[in-house]
Amino acid sequence: MKLSEIIELTNARLVAGCTEEDHDLQKAFSSDLMSDVLTLDDDHLLLITGLANVQLIRTAEMADIEVVVLARNKKATAEMISLANENGLVLLETPYSIFRTSGILYKNGLEPVY
Amino acid sequence: MNLNFEIASGDFSKAGRASSHIKKVLKQLQVEPKVIKRIVVAIYEAEVNVVAHSVGGTLSAVIDEIGIQVELKDNGPGIEDIEKAMKKGYSTASKKVRDMGFGAGMGLPNIKKNTDELSIKSKVGEGTTVTFRTNF
Repeated sequence: MKLSEIIELTNARLVAGCTEEDHDLQKAFSSDLMSDVLTLDDDHLLLITGLANVQLIRTAEMADIEVVVLARNKKATAEMISLANENGLVLLETPYSIFRTSGILYKNGLEPVY
Repeated sequence: MNLNFEIASGDFSKAGRASSHIKKVLKQLQVEPKVIKRIVVAIYEAEVNVVAHSVGGTLSAVIDEIGIQVELKDNGPGIEDIEKAMKKGYSTASKKVRDMGFGAGMGLPNIKKNTDELSIKSKVGEGTTVTFRTNF
């Protein structure tokens, strides 16, 4: 699924990363538990989360997550945005809940990790 | 190549600096991305452990032609029961650590999963030394 489609479907706002770049995602994972994200063997994933701190960005960096969606109006801090840009991570903010975001993206073809 | 870092206790804003630096070095060395992920996930887990549980310590990494050797040394408080700490789900983490998205008792098992050799030596009141190696 193209990044532009993800943004449109989830009514999201791009806060870090570049839309010009061609992101085509196959799979997604939803979690607030970074320990769980660090156990995933898949890479280039989309991560939907309600956790908005620097450790989320670091975890995404180490786990080779390509796009992070902050659900339910969680706002990225300036430090998070700067770190995401530094590491080429796409960061989105959506007003939708984790459940709704996951449901929409699943219904439209993004596959689950498990 | 030798890389050395200081890790401060409780400073979550800086946790991941060493892993991030090492990731950039491994990328420059053109190590396979899947292997880089295994290595940096293990280092990051270990770094978070030092920040979350210890009074502070150091991380040193030695990169040679066939792999990376990492040693994390902290100055206490030490692990009472290493066997228990290695069990999935066992954790002594504070609420603050759990609020950060960690402390689910998955760190040490995940380090084991992502490394080829792992050794944990600890003495209560003195400190813990975690050493691991992953080959390219």
